[in-house]
Amino acid sequence: MTWLSNSSVGRKVVMGVTGAALVLFLLFHATMNVVVIFSPEAYNAICEFLGANWYALVGTLGLAFLVVVHIVYAFILSVQNYRARGKERYAVTERQKDVEWASKNMLVLGIIIVCFIFLHLYNFWFKMQFVELQHMAGADVDLSRVTDGAGYVRELFACPVYAVLYLVWLAALWFHLTHGVWSAMHTLGWNNSIWMPRWKCISKIVATIIVLMFAAVVVYYLFAGLCGGAACAA
Amino acid sequence: MDKTINIKLKVWRQAGPKAKGAFETYELNNISTDSSFLEMLDVLNEKLISEHKEPVAFDHDCREGICGMCSLYINGHPHGPDSGVTTCQLHMRKFHDGETITIEPWRSHAFPVIKDLMVDRRAYDKIMQAGGYISVNTGGMPDANAIPIAKKAADEAMDAASCIGCGACAAACKNGSAMLFVAAKVSQFALLPQGKVEAARRVKAMLGKMDELGFGNCTNTGACAAECPKNVSLSNIARLNREFICAKLKD
Ligand code: HEM
Ligand code: SF4
Ligand code: FES
Repeated sequence: MTWLSNSSVGRKVVMGVTGAALVLFLLFHATMNVVVIFSPEAYNAICEFLGANWYALVGTLGLAFLVVVHIVYAFILSVQNYRARGKERYAVTERQKDVEWASKNMLVLGIIIVCFIFLHLYNFWFKMQFVELQHMAGADVDLSRVTDGAGYVRELFACPVYAVLYLVWLAALWFHLTHGVWSAMHTLGWNNSIWMPRWKCISKIVATIIVLMFAAVVVYYLFAGLCGGAACAA
Repeated sequence: MDKTINIKLKVWRQAGPKAKGAFETYELNNISTDSSFLEMLDVLNEKLISEHKEPVAFDHDCREGICGMCSLYINGHPHGPDSGVTTCQLHMRKFHDGETITIEPWRSHAFPVIKDLMVDRRAYDKIMQAGGYISVNTGGMPDANAIPIAKKAADEAMDAASCIGCGACAAACKNGSAMLFVAAKVSQFALLPQGKVEAARRVKAMLGKMDELGFGNCTNTGACAAECPKNVSLSNIARLNREFICAKLKD
């Protein structure tokens, strides 16, 4: 299995597989999130179900592993690629018309995504699963809101600042995925001249579905907050 | 009377591989728009020689788009602003009067500058030597049509084989990757029955050589295919990935 780290295609396979697994996670995550718009109670039931139990913890650790591998490889690839370009840079460069902007800025988009992941963990995970874990470890913590996901969502997005920040995050994610999805398929060899335009179209659709589902929750609670639903409490 | 233009050239000059290079500016007047880009450079060199200056070194050979010897990164594009042509097939009618044209060598870690605009592209030859061939025993000439080949496979192999090994793909790539070249060369054999026999060994050897020579990791930006003078398709890279992954999984 050394080819996964010592050959360029192997490294890309790792990038593609971890990226594709993260896309599946996001689809799952986003589907759960939209539930909150229709029924906050049902959403809290999901939060309870996915609290600090073994399945959810193993899932969380697996996810953290995927993210770490994806990021570590992203930096390794970027450094190697920067070196491969040579010391001297071109004085004049022009973008070719069929080269997507996102494809040349995957690292920057990824860095934006990861910064927001930390904010996101602080906003939700830290107040929910983490508090439960502290409780299990015997700490004296307030457990009253660990499964009140809907409440935290409502309060956070009532703050326009947070709503806008989350929308910026989603925009970066959209660009990352419009290239990422088809690129992962291409890297795994599942592509040819007929499927190329199809995969590119599927990428845009998948990216748009994921981002719209997440954004719907943000926008819904932003307006709910503006119309006097809840006070900004973050 | 044909149309003529006056242009300004910004040319990369570098005395040798280790020397420090810099841009020099030259003015050329009355260049015929019917002349080719390389003929324009010939005019420049004639002028430099008559002024007892060192002419600009640049690679070229066939001057008809088949040998892959010409290079040059012109105004931000390998082989210039036109698409589907080599530098030797580029015409001065693609430029306008008074334009400043910037000419740089291929820039890639694996293609070091030899002099001025000339770079060392032996890295591509080394990749070919690593596996870009089929092994046949000598003997009587076999009949050309003895092995049936599907028309589609023959066409795709022919399109892949149109790669002239010019290096524009690696020069255009932000990752300095040679994947389009390697993909074309792996595909031209992998698609045909004669090439299938050694396909697994070939793809591992050629990709291994590419990595060893310091080319980058492909992130599928597609700049290579957009700049390739032979319009080699990006789907060849998917085939290369497929061939490589399957070969490794079989090990
Ligand atoms: C957390 C920080 C992240 C960084 C630094 C990052 C960076 C990168 C980089 C540099 C690439 C390589 C470019 C390419 O292969 O085209 C890439 C590819 C990819 N990323 Fe990310 N990314 C991050 C997060 C994510 C997330 C959260 C997802 C999923 C939702 C994701 C999905 C993908 C996919 C599918 C690919 C394509 C893989 C391939 O082409 O083989 N990335 N990422
Ligand atoms: S793939 Fe195209 S750009 Fe690359 S070496 Fe071959 S002909 Fe040149
Ligand atoms: S000189 Fe032969 S291809 Fe341009």
